[in-house]
Amino acid sequence: MLNSIAAGLDTVAEAQIANPKLRVRDLNFYYGQYHALKAVSMDVAANMVTAFIGPSGCGKSTLLRTFNRLYELYPNQRAVGEILFDGENILARKHDLALLRAKIGMVFQKPTPFPMSIYDNIAFGVKLYENLTRPEMDERVEWALSKAALWKEVKDKLNQSGNGLSGGQQQRLVIARCIAIKPEVILLDEPCSALDPISTAHIEELVHELKRDYTVIIVTHNMQQAARVSDYTAYMYLGELIEFGDTDKIFTTPSQKATEDYITGKFG
Amino acid sequence: MDIAIYRRRRVKNSVMLAASGLAIAFGLFWLGWILTTLLLEGFVALRWSLFTQMTPPPGSDGGLLNAITGSLVMAFFGTLIGTPVGILAGTYLSEYGKRGWLAPATRFINDILLSAPSIVIGLFVYTVYVAPMKHFSAWAGSFALALIVIPVVVRTTDDMLKLVPDSMREAAIALGAPNWKMITLILYRAARAGIVTGVLLAVARISGETAPLLFTALNNQFWSTAMTQPMANLPIVIFQFSMSPYEDWHRLAWGGAILITFGVLALNICARVVFRKRM
Repeated sequence: MLNSIAAGLDTVAEAQIANPKLRVRDLNFYYGQYHALKAVSMDVAANMVTAFIGPSGCGKSTLLRTFNRLYELYPNQRAVGEILFDGENILARKHDLALLRAKIGMVFQKPTPFPMSIYDNIAFGVKLYENLTRPEMDERVEWALSKAALWKEVKDKLNQSGNGLSGGQQQRLVIARCIAIKPEVILLDEPCSALDPISTAHIEELVHELKRDYTVIIVTHNMQQAARVSDYTAYMYLGELIEFGDTDKIFTTPSQKATEDYITGKFG
Repeated sequence: MDIAIYRRRRVKNSVMLAASGLAIAFGLFWLGWILTTLLLEGFVALRWSLFTQMTPPPGSDGGLLNAITGSLVMAFFGTLIGTPVGILAGTYLSEYGKRGWLAPATRFINDILLSAPSIVIGLFVYTVYVAPMKHFSAWAGSFALALIVIPVVVRTTDDMLKLVPDSMREAAIALGAPNWKMITLILYRAARAGIVTGVLLAVARISGETAPLLFTALNNQFWSTAMTQPMANLPIVIFQFSMSPYEDWHRLAWGGAILITFGVLALNICARVVFRKRM
């Protein structure tokens, strides 16, 4: 199905991705006058983990937020170009945003539990799309929490507020909330930067688990983390995609001097 | 180190400290005086008959039952009308008015209304409602009070919604929630304590207002719960009775004053408790 549109597209960095879930073509992003992403083109592999790395302000979070068009919340922000998701350009004006966001879930840097019980946090998202009976919902909540490796810790306090959990638990709750809708892609925007090392390890393990069923894109400041969890890595700098390829290759034999300088810590 | 500079700094510090202390003492002195007088005069006036009898003609026994009821009824309707309008308008300002000039302009005008002299509100309602209807009424009083509630609630709702971090909005939107669900199910819940506090403070504000009622609800010496008729209320009874030459009316005015003060105190304490629980 994708072959028809693949023909005639620009060459994509180095990585040849056999089974792309998202294809970004000539994407430019603007914050008012500021040109934040410059002609970015890349493919995101299905059921793999893709990491975006680069120094602060390089545009990696901006790129992530175009995939679910979250930037639409703010006036003056706009994206120009194409992002193909299952063959459709999600940047097209008529694209249904609620459905897009149901298929492409997102987890943020700071845990964002809603001010309600753990159970309702999960049920909130599900109720937006499905009418489940109480037992079905119970089952879905348990499924999502188990998937996010949180069920054992919270099963006896589902009615307590999500704010009472630790930071790491809150982040897993948010991941469970995202999974509960059964998305296809999960966007993680520096999910561990507010967490301690043990919680970080939990989340990283979880990312490994998640890629079996989902396509995962993770933005991270932490290069070791990118090396540990991802299959593909994109290095960005000043709004440009400098290098994109197999994580092992990027971290061992990068083709660009700039990438090498960044990952070896000479710069950034 | 230059000892002279350091010494000068210490002297300046003591002078400033002394000046601030004096300013506090000055403010507290009057406040203390007012409260002491109120308590001394008011406690004498407090008796059970305040709550069981109507306002009397001079020289006979009586209470404030009709005025207390009238104040409660009009404050209730004023809040009932003003709160939803205020909350919805505040929501517009904070959530929908991000583009364009309407929200900033509304916010500016609302701030003017917030500090508008309440007698202006009273005259306004008199002109547009009381004069055409040709009689004073409890509805007119309630509308005037609602007009005072609205800017207070608009302001606190706007401020409290702004305190909810954007990450909460983004999280709800990223799940695919429509704006109205994000606002009603998540933002209102997150800002609930602050908004309730705003409403309580607005109630406290209107329960002591005299000027807007003077031209609208007027007063009523008898028991009346008819919203289309003039209605008794504490602030105007206090005003009228304290201006009179009769000793027993003075006593009742003091009784009314202490009731209002304690009512406002209770509302403020409620507001604090509600707000703190959340924080």
